[in-house]
Amino acid sequence: MLQIRNLTKVYDSGVVALDDVSFDIPDGQFLAVIGLSGSGKSTLLRCINRLIEPTSGQILWDGVDLVSLSPEEMRRMRRKIGMIFQHFNLVNRSRVLTNVLAGRLGYINPAFSLINHFPKEDVENAIRQLERVGIADKANVRADELSGGQQQRVGIARALMQDPSILLADEPVASLDPVLAHSIMKYLELINQEDKVTVICSLHFLDLVHRYADHVVALNQGKLVFEGEPKKIDDAKFKEIYGKDAERVG
Amino acid sequence: MDKDNRKPNIWKSLTLGLAVLLGIVVYAYGAEVTRVNLGELQSERRQESMVRVLRALFRPDLLEYDQVLEPRVTPIYVPCPAGGVPEDLGDPRSGGYITVTPACGSPGDVVRVEGFNFMPNAEGPLRFVPGSDPENPVGLGQLFANTDAQGNFSMDFTLPNRESEDVQYIRVIMRQNEGAPYFTQNAKDTWDRIVETVFMALLATTIGTVLAVPISFTAARNLMKPVRSPIASIALNVIGWLAGIYLAYQVAAWIGGFTQQYVSVLPIALASVVVVPIIANFAFRWAVPVEDAEPPTRALQIVRNLVLLGIAALGIYALYALAGAMSTLGPQLARQFSGVAFMGNFLFRLGGILDLLVPTIAALMGGGALGGLLARVGQQATERLPEAAVKTMNIVLAGLAGAVLAALFGAFAEWVYQFGNPVATLWWPAIIGAAAGVLLAVLTQPKATLGVGIALYYVIRTILNALRSIEALVMAIVFVIAVGIGPFAGMLALGLHTIVSLAKLYSEQVESISSGPMEALQATGANSLQTIVYAVVPQIIPPYIAYTLYRWDINVRMSTIIGFVGGGGIGFLLQQNINLLNYRGASTQMVAIAVVVATLDYISSVVRERYT
Ligand SMILES: Nc1ncnc2c1ncn2[C@@H]1O[C@H](COP(=O)(O)OP(=O)(O)OP(=O)(O)O)[C@@H](O)[C@H]1O
Ligand SMILES: [Mg+2]
Repeated sequence: MLQIRNLTKVYDSGVVALDDVSFDIPDGQFLAVIGLSGSGKSTLLRCINRLIEPTSGQILWDGVDLVSLSPEEMRRMRRKIGMIFQHFNLVNRSRVLTNVLAGRLGYINPAFSLINHFPKEDVENAIRQLERVGIADKANVRADELSGGQQQRVGIARALMQDPSILLADEPVASLDPVLAHSIMKYLELINQEDKVTVICSLHFLDLVHRYADHVVALNQGKLVFEGEPKKIDDAKFKEIYGKDAERVG
Repeated sequence: MDKDNRKPNIWKSLTLGLAVLLGIVVYAYGAEVTRVNLGELQSERRQESMVRVLRALFRPDLLEYDQVLEPRVTPIYVPCPAGGVPEDLGDPRSGGYITVTPACGSPGDVVRVEGFNFMPNAEGPLRFVPGSDPENPVGLGQLFANTDAQGNFSMDFTLPNRESEDVQYIRVIMRQNEGAPYFTQNAKDTWDRIVETVFMALLATTIGTVLAVPISFTAARNLMKPVRSPIASIALNVIGWLAGIYLAYQVAAWIGGFTQQYVSVLPIALASVVVVPIIANFAFRWAVPVEDAEPPTRALQIVRNLVLLGIAALGIYALYALAGAMSTLGPQLARQFSGVAFMGNFLFRLGGILDLLVPTIAALMGGGALGGLLARVGQQATERLPEAAVKTMNIVLAGLAGAVLAALFGAFAEWVYQFGNPVATLWWPAIIGAAAGVLLAVLTQPKATLGVGIALYYVIRTILNALRSIEALVMAIVFVIAVGIGPFAGMLALGLHTIVSLAKLYSEQVESISSGPMEALQATGANSLQTIVYAVVPQIIPPYIAYTLYRWDINVRMSTIIGFVGGGGIGFLLQQNINLLNYRGASTQMVAIAVVVATLDYISSVVRERYT
C-alpha cells in the first residue's frame, strides 16, 4: 500500500507543481494519472522515487516514509521501484543487453560495475526479460538502432530487471503510434496482472485510461481534482480536469 | 527598426565618424608599436640574404655522396713582374691541369682560365689564392667551374686587387660525386630527433588523457551540482582525506622499506607478483560480494573493511614486488636479447617509475578510502543524532577541518615565502580557519546540506583555467629546470598542459550529454559511480576520442618547437642549425616536421571517422 499524504512540490522557480495531494494506491493496482500538460503528472511520479525532492508531505510505503529516508536508504528503496519514460532514456550507444542489465545496478557492488561484470544469473535473467517483451534477438544491437516501440520494450525489460514492486510509467506511449501504444500498454497490463506489480502510469489519452486502468487520479495545476474509477469520469468531471473549452474526442 | 529611424540622423553619422576615426587611430598606433617597415624588406642586403636562405631551404641537407676531389693550381702574377713571367715548372701530377692566359695582369684585368683533362661533368670552385703558398686555404671570388663532357672548361676571371711581387695562384678544386648517395649526419640526427618528438607527443597525450578523464568529471557542472552533503560529512571528509593521504603514504613507505631486500630477489618478487593477486582476489570476492540485496550488519561490515585494508597492504607489497621484478628482469632481458634491448630497458624504467609512484598511489587511495568512510560516518551521524547534538558536532568538526585546511595553506605560504615565523604562518591561519569553520556551522541549519559539489567545481575550474593560460613552452622552461634539458622535460610540460586543456574540453562534453539515461539509472537505484560508468561514459566516448586526437595533433606540433627552450625533440636541432646559419640543415628538420604533422593529421582524421 502506497499512501501519498499532503504531497507538495514547489520548484525553485516558484512554480507550485504539486499542491497538497493525498491519495492511496493499494498493492497491485493499475493507476492512471491524467491531467493537462504542466499539471504536475511527471512531478508526482518523480516525487515517489525521489528523483525530485518533495517540498513537504509524506509518501508512506507499507508505513515507511520515503521522504524521510537518507540518500543511501532511498537508493536501496529505488531498486524496488521501476520506472519507464516517455523518451525511453536508454543509453543509445550501449548494447540492448547492457541497457537491460543496467536495471540490476542497484543490486551490484559498485566495484564490479567498473569492470562491467554482471553475475551469470543476471545475464540469463536479462535475456529472459528481453524474450518476454519479444526482442531477445536484438540483445547485441546498439540501442539507438531500434525503433521507438522496441526501445520502450527495452525500457520495460530494464525496469523488470529490478524485480520491482511498483512500476512508474511517465507517459510511456506518448511518443509512439496508436498501434504500438496498445502493444506497450499490454505489456504493462501483463506485468500488473502476472507479476502483481503496482503500476502508476501517466497517460494523455482517455481511451487508454478506460481500457487499461483500474483507477484514475487527475491533476489540474498541481491539485488533485478527481479520484475514482475511469468510468466515473463524466462530462462535468472531464471539463473540470481538462478545462472548460476541452472537447471529448474518441 | 522603426525606433532607430526616429533617432536624429546626425547622431548616427557622428558616432559612425567617431568610430572610424577611433579605428584609424588604433591601427596607426598598432603599426607604430609593431614597427611595420616595408622599406627594410626592399633593401638589397635583406633581399640578398633572403634569397640565400630561401634557396637553402629548398635544398634540404638530406643526402650526400662520397666525392673525389681534384685540386689544381696555376701561377699568376699581379701585377706583371718587370723581368717577365718566370717559366712555369709544370704540375707533375697526372690528370687535369689548368692554364691562365695571360699569366699576369693588373688588378681588374680579365684573364682566361682554361682547364683540361678533368673528370667530365664535374664542378668545383675557381678561386684566386693570395700569397705565395698554393696550399693557402683562403680563396677569393665566387666562380664555379663546370667541366664539359670531355672534362674541359674555359672561363673568364677578373683579377682581384691583391698586388704582390711574388707568385700567386689560381686554384680550382674539381669535385665529382662517386657511388650511391647516403644520408648525411644531419639527416640521421633529424630522424633520431623526430622519433623522439613523436614519442614525446605520444607519452604526453597518453598521460594527459588518463589524468584528464577523472578530472573532467569533477569539472562538469551537471555532475557536481547535485553533490550535497551535511557539514559534519564535509568536515570529516576533508580530515579523512588529509589523514588518509598521510597515513597511507607512511604505511606504503614503511612496507616499501622493509620488503626492499626481498623484492630485489627475482624469484621472490616474481612469486609475489603471481601469488598475492590470487590471494587478494579470493579475499576480495569474499569481502565484496557481487550483489548485496540487504545492507550488511555492522559487525560484518567492519570485518569486511578490515579485510579490504589487508588487501590494500598486500596490494602495496605486490606493487613493490612488481616494480622489483621489472627492475631486475629488465637489465637481464636487455643483456640476453640485445636486439630488443630497449624493451628490457623499458621494463627497468617502468619498474623504477612504479617504485616511485607506489607511495603516491597508496596515499591517494588511502585518502579516498578514509575520506569516504568518514564522510559516511558524518552523514549517518547527522541523520541519526538529534539536532542539538548535530549542531555541536558540526561546530567542532567544521572548526577542526577549517583549522587544518588553513594551516595547510599557511604551511604552503611558509614554504614559498620563507617567512620563518610559525605564529604568522601556522597559528594565525589555523585560528582564522577554525573561526570560519565554526561560523559556517553556527550559521547553517544543523541538518542542512551544503553544495560541496558546486564549490569544488568552481575551485577546479579556476585552477584549470589558470594553468591553461600558461603556454606549454613556458611550462617546459620550468620542467627543464626541474628535470634537466631533454625530452623528459618536454614530455612533462606537454603532459601537464594536455591534462588541463583536455580536462576543460572533456568537461564541456560531459555537460552537454543528455540527462535522460542518468535519470533512468538513478531511478534503478544505481549509485553515482555506476551512473557515471553506465550512463555518462558511453555518451562521451566519441567526443573524448575526437578531442584526444585533436590534442595529439597539437602535441606533435608543440613538441617540434618545445626543443627551443631545451625540452628535447627536433626543435633542439632546428634551433641549433638556425643559430649556426646552417639553413640547409634546418630545412631538413622543417621538412621532417611537415611530413610528420601531415601524416599524423591524416591518421587521426581516419581514426576520427572510424570511431565517432
Ligand atoms: N525542473 C523544473 N524547474 C522548475 N519548474 C518545473 C520543473 N519541472 C517542471 N516544472 C514546472 O512544474 C509544472 C509541472 O510540470 P510537470 O512536468 O510535472 O507536468 P506534466 O503534467 O508532466 O506535463 P507534461 O504532460 O507536459 O509532461 C509545470 O508548470 C512545469 O513548468
Ligand atoms: Mg510530464
